[in-house]
Amino acid sequence: MSVELGIFAQQIVNGLTLGGMYALLALGYTLVYGILLMINFAHSEMFMFGAYVGMFSLQGLSQIPFFTSSGGALLLLYTLAILIAMVLTGILGVIIERFAYRPLRHAPRLAPLISAIGVSLFLQNAVLLWVSSRSIPFPVLFEVQTFQFAGANISSVQIMIIVGTVLLMLLLDNFVSRTRLGKSMRATSQDRDTAGLMGIDINRVIALTFFIGPALGAVAGIFSGMYYGSIKFNMGFIPGIKSFTAAVIGGIGNLRGAMLGGFLLGLLESLSAAYISTAYKDVIAFGILIAVLIFKPGGLLGESVSEKV
Amino acid sequence: MLEIKNVTMQFGGLKALANVDFHVDKGEIVALIGPNGAGKTTLFNLLTGIYKPTEGTIEFEGTSLIGKKAYRICVMGIARTFQNIRLFANMTTLENVMVARDSRTSATPLMSVFGTRAFRREEEHTVDEARRWLRFVGLEDKVNELAMNLPYGEQRKLEIARALATEPKLILLDEPAAGMNPQETASLTELIGKIRETGVTVLLIEHDMKVVMGIADRVSVLDFGEMIAEGKPEEIQRDPKVIEAYLGSGAEALVAEG
Amino acid sequence: MGAIRTGLTAVNDFFSTRFGRVAFFFVLAAITLFMPVLFQAAGNAFMVRIFALVAIYVLLALGLNIVVGSAGLLNLGYMAFYAVGAYAGMNLGFVLQQLLEYWFGEGAQSFSYWAILPFAAIPGVIAGIFLGAPVLRLRGDYLAIVTLGFGEIVRIAITNDIGGLTNGASGLPGVGQRVAPAAGQEWVRDNLSFGTFVFSRDLFWYYVIIALVLFAIFVITRIDNSRLGRAWVAMREDEVAAASVGVNILTTKLWAFALGAAWGGIAGHTFSYWVGFISPESFNFMESVLIVGMIVLGGMGSIPGVILGAVIITALPEVIRVLAGSPLLAGVLTVEQVALVGDYRFLIFGALMVVMMALRPQGILPEKRRARELRPIDDSVLAKENQQLWEAEHKRDTDSDII
Repeated sequence: MSVELGIFAQQIVNGLTLGGMYALLALGYTLVYGILLMINFAHSEMFMFGAYVGMFSLQGLSQIPFFTSSGGALLLLYTLAILIAMVLTGILGVIIERFAYRPLRHAPRLAPLISAIGVSLFLQNAVLLWVSSRSIPFPVLFEVQTFQFAGANISSVQIMIIVGTVLLMLLLDNFVSRTRLGKSMRATSQDRDTAGLMGIDINRVIALTFFIGPALGAVAGIFSGMYYGSIKFNMGFIPGIKSFTAAVIGGIGNLRGAMLGGFLLGLLESLSAAYISTAYKDVIAFGILIAVLIFKPGGLLGESVSEKV
Repeated sequence: MLEIKNVTMQFGGLKALANVDFHVDKGEIVALIGPNGAGKTTLFNLLTGIYKPTEGTIEFEGTSLIGKKAYRICVMGIARTFQNIRLFANMTTLENVMVARDSRTSATPLMSVFGTRAFRREEEHTVDEARRWLRFVGLEDKVNELAMNLPYGEQRKLEIARALATEPKLILLDEPAAGMNPQETASLTELIGKIRETGVTVLLIEHDMKVVMGIADRVSVLDFGEMIAEGKPEEIQRDPKVIEAYLGSGAEALVAEG
Repeated sequence: MGAIRTGLTAVNDFFSTRFGRVAFFFVLAAITLFMPVLFQAAGNAFMVRIFALVAIYVLLALGLNIVVGSAGLLNLGYMAFYAVGAYAGMNLGFVLQQLLEYWFGEGAQSFSYWAILPFAAIPGVIAGIFLGAPVLRLRGDYLAIVTLGFGEIVRIAITNDIGGLTNGASGLPGVGQRVAPAAGQEWVRDNLSFGTFVFSRDLFWYYVIIALVLFAIFVITRIDNSRLGRAWVAMREDEVAAASVGVNILTTKLWAFALGAAWGGIAGHTFSYWVGFISPESFNFMESVLIVGMIVLGGMGSIPGVILGAVIITALPEVIRVLAGSPLLAGVLTVEQVALVGDYRFLIFGALMVVMMALRPQGILPEKRRARELRPIDDSVLAKENQQLWEAEHKRDTDSDII
């Protein structure tokens, strides 16, 4: 009985960890969709790119003796690496928007979709050719500790992921609802034309969206590297579809929906891996996507018409 | 023929139509008028399956239209035009009308691959029918013209030809005279008369009172989603509620026409 | 950028002239029919294989073009239908070979490929309808991601040896199974080989695939000029208007999906018998994207365009490799550089998709109508469309209401 319960608790912990990554990545899909009504297919590569930048930053910074001198310095090291990855991936996102999507803003809807697939292909192969075609171990710079909790094992990496995710979500939520820039994002997502007439610089808001989304995706990528211990050029593909699923479950265009959807999907996945089939856990996730799109395309929180961000 | 009872349409907090009762009898030309935003096009969209009413019943020849898909409603015998012309812009006029024969033809893809006689005969018939309707609206010279290259008035006519080619019993015209010059309007009025002569019932939304007064047997007035008056054109013109609803915009027009 | 644009316009102008088209046709026909024989005679079996590979991609691109080009639906899981056709054909073949041998004696098993061919479309069509029926109500970009998910589901199922039919990651044929050469394959080798020229297996399959391609072109052209073809164009241009004049949007889309899947199935069956071995690796997402790319590059909806796109994307890296080895280009490219061409294929190709969308979304050899549809629209039209989009998003729960 207690073993059973332990397995269940373990799946909850694993699910929350996974869900955190999905949620962070899902936010990017939902942000862009909210403003441009477009699925950013290349977003999964932000996850991958972020993980690579994170890995190189960690490797580079750990050469400086100070950063490995104490626990606090180590935390600073990780924070710094994550920040670097966020900024660089964010800039990449802005560049992609500027060159691959903005020229197509007035084109039929199929055009930006195809362009996005092109970007995705380009980035994957750039990493494949210029970094490595194999999976690369992600550096672990601290002793990973495992804690017992309700019969489940929680590693310090998992705690870091869950805490980090929640922290970033709170930050984003506050940013969008409190700050001026965040408010102009919300206005733009509700009605782009009117927002433009009210004096909001639409291009700046879109660029901002394409900075924040990829930056969050980069963190998810680093978390994934830390959790699974390795990264690969095509690591973004599956989490990409799943995070999109998460965004759809929550109601695409809805920020809190994406967060909820991410955690829900993570839990569903880890529970189904434990109780149904490991081999088919991806199939289950895609099945959920198809089912939600057919039966509840508005998602769980997508019902309210006026609030999209 | 068409029976609308107690229909309400709610968009979020906005009531576009409130408890509307309305009917069209076979062979009539009925005009639906009202200020902008009164809910006229919403009513059309309810009739053609684009929206589902929040409440109420809509019956066409005794069959409910609620929940029916747009193409089913067309097959049942209701065709429409759109306020902001929705032609297949990159198809020729002939092709535009040929598409409308889709639901009245039955050749399968397999038949078209083998080029069977039944298929070829049906194709020929489709072309003939399309030409016939183009001639009916006076576009026989523009058969191979792209729809998007037609002048505005002719685009409206093409849309009517396309709707007629589906062999409707009832045709819904959404502001057919909008943007037309007086000559075009006159020929349109004539065309609507001709449509009735072929046995098709007409329901139209129209702002141009000249058109409405000239051909409508009956006029219904919508204002803020409510049916405020119904009757013969002359009665409607004198109805104080209608004049009030139109005050500032169409009141002078109404009075002037009378 | 400007130079690319001028170049593409020049290409387009050339093909718009009557002379250009006739010349193109003859050159194309000559290359298609005789080049592989010349390569074979010259002892270059590798190039023959490339020709056959190009032909199978042409077949796939033509099939997917029904979905993407004609009906305007982006299907990112097309390889799933190819895979279904390949695995179904092979499994059927294993059974049929034994039956044929049992009934008609030694040698009869070679008819299994031909016996299955007329039905090879069926597994693809069934898969197409199975996926299409529920998801075709979805809006374009949702549909794209759902088809992508479906492609992954099929790939995962194959990798996990679903129903014991796929032999998992090791592929088919498994231990104790074999693929019989198709009837004719050995006959042409024995009777049509002269001296050093061997009518090889690849050459035989090349002509089989070319025959299928010609058949596909015939079928697709016929359908494009029927009521279904007209309904596709109308639906692509304005779904609401098409529905309002009696076009059943769901069945019209489903036909596109099923017909596209049918060619995927036929191509899969043929591929499996040609190569004699299939594994999940051949059917991944990248392959699906590759085919979408061929269509985009060549020109959505245009049969010559799609063929050109398939030829360019499949053959160009190989052609460059061969040319670099020729005396003409000796010393221009080093061996390493030539090898890089193959490696950089996807990278260049990704960049090309972005550039094409920005500069020439209609492709190299566009279909006339499609070219007009893809032309950037001016702001007033856009504003109207946005309004409609907004209405559609906010006033209805789903798009399914209208279809």
